[in-house]
Amino acid sequence: MAPDATPDEPETGAGAPVAPRIVPVTTTLGPLRPTATSGQPADAFVEYCLRLADDRLVLGHRLSEWCGHAPILEEDIALANIALDLIGQAEAFFSVAAEAEGRGRTPDDFAYFRDDVAFRNAMLCELPNGDFGVTIARQFLWTALQVPFTKALSAASHAQLAGAAAKAHKEHVYHLRHAADWVLKLGDGTPESHARVQAALDGLWPYTDELFYADGVDAAVAALVGAPVVTALREDWARTVEAVLRQATLSVPVADWTPAGGRLGRHTEHLGHMLAEMQSLARAHPGAQW
Amino acid sequence: MYGANVETAADRKAPAPVEDPALLAEFQARIDRGESIEPKDWMPARYRRQLVRMMSQHAHSEIVGMLPEGNWITRAPNLRRKMALIAKVQDEAGHGHYIYCGTETLGVSRDELVDDLLAGRAKYSQIFNYPTLTWADIGVIGWFVDGAAIVNQTVLAKASYGPYARAMIRICKEENFHKRQGFEICAVLSQGTDAQREMLQDAVNRWWWPSLMMFGPSDTDSPNSRDLLAWRIKRFTNDELRQRFVNLTVPQAQAIGVRLPDPDLRYDADTQNWVFGEIDWAEFWAVVNGNGPCNRERLAARNKAHADGAWVRQAATAYAAKRAGAPRDGGSTAAA
Ligand SMILES: [Fe+2]
Ligand SMILES: [Fe+2]
Repeated sequence: MAPDATPDEPETGAGAPVAPRIVPVTTTLGPLRPTATSGQPADAFVEYCLRLADDRLVLGHRLSEWCGHAPILEEDIALANIALDLIGQAEAFFSVAAEAEGRGRTPDDFAYFRDDVAFRNAMLCELPNGDFGVTIARQFLWTALQVPFTKALSAASHAQLAGAAAKAHKEHVYHLRHAADWVLKLGDGTPESHARVQAALDGLWPYTDELFYADGVDAAVAALVGAPVVTALREDWARTVEAVLRQATLSVPVADWTPAGGRLGRHTEHLGHMLAEMQSLARAHPGAQW
Repeated sequence: MYGANVETAADRKAPAPVEDPALLAEFQARIDRGESIEPKDWMPARYRRQLVRMMSQHAHSEIVGMLPEGNWITRAPNLRRKMALIAKVQDEAGHGHYIYCGTETLGVSRDELVDDLLAGRAKYSQIFNYPTLTWADIGVIGWFVDGAAIVNQTVLAKASYGPYARAMIRICKEENFHKRQGFEICAVLSQGTDAQREMLQDAVNRWWWPSLMMFGPSDTDSPNSRDLLAWRIKRFTNDELRQRFVNLTVPQAQAIGVRLPDPDLRYDADTQNWVFGEIDWAEFWAVVNGNGPCNRERLAARNKAHADGAWVRQAATAYAAKRAGAPRDGGSTAAA
């Protein structure tokens, strides 16, 4: 066989006059930046704020998808209202994160120029809206924790963080009333609504476990500014949820699996699609003002 | 529509009931004295009918109008714009709600009105049957469409029917805010990148003529128009309001350097009006009669939301009935 007749050889570069250039992985990825587990208080604080902000941005975005499509006009208004509150809260927590980080990033940079693996929201928040029962059940389960959580956080020694939490707390109290009200109406409404909201609760329940995920970030920020560690609020949450479900003639589901990972950027496939839509315009015109 | 009032041929053919001349004269005298007519007052059947049509068209327009703008909520380019757009669309829902309630004071329920809309029997502003293709559309809708609504609604705020006039005062404040916000989006785009400026000009090109059509066809020859003016349901003709809108908008377009797509547009020093070219009324009637680019999609979206939400409304009714201790009615539809 002639030396140059090697048609079946894949393009390995073997035999080429110049060796192929191998690019070290670190220059393509940039420095691998430790975040969640770095144990550095400054990083942990930013991380803590991003977890708060991302829950709110992602869930607020999901709620805003209802606008114009709700079951009754009053709910077009109410869901838009809650979406507005949540996105406003996200912006406030992003601002705290931005200032602590000190790298010149803005709330919009956090929202529009991070990929899904950099998002720190609980997966519960990113799940598709489903029917109105799913949306209400998700809203209820998540908000029932935010009420005690933001109350505790508003006592933190970091003024800006505590201020944002205090404002959020007032809003969450109203949000919880709205969601619990609907859980009652749907649970104790018709056989169809009962079945639908029960199915919604059953499907979402496993994702609530992640709401109580805590790691070194929480411990560090608790030590730093007296922020609450979410695990301490689990019983409080369970009491609220179980009381409403009981009154709504619904049963408390049992989790047969406990998906987790959102707080470390390991999400469901849904988040990427949501962000692709949300970020499309901003990313199509980098550097543009709007 | 959206405060203007479009009569179809069927409306014109409706028989005019015979009214008691004495009551009619007293009614006219009250209007002429500038009094406002309240729900419990006597009113001619035709006055009531015109108002129901006008108010329900207005309410439907607010509701359908949520769809084209809602189309960009999930893609708004930054958090501030995203929140402002959600708030705007929410305001429009509030306007619809408020005007439906106003229409109920005339003895027509919101359920009936919504059924008419869903069945395609009711009219709403033709403007919302055009697609929102780029972000610039959100700016231009605020500037043109809310701007046109303001021109209509400012004069309706002095209309003779009290509940509608009062609704207009409140709504107009918010529409003004929407207009300023929309114009600001356009102003920022006009200072932006080439792509942003092109996006803006393209949106202006697409929305200008449909916005002029929002005021409805020339109505100077319509016999109904005389009565509407005499009863202070209308206070100016469609053409007068359209001219006012053009006069307001041309200088704004000049201020941000966009071209209005009308080669015949010129200033007339004698009348102090911006004279504009011929409106394509064939397009207007095509859209009003169901054949605009998005009529089918808009109605389908409203119908889908209504159908998907039926079980929720039934649950709310059943729950309320249980609380009231009333017998359950087997889950017929609740509030729309
Ligand atoms: Fe409006
Ligand atoms: Fe508006």
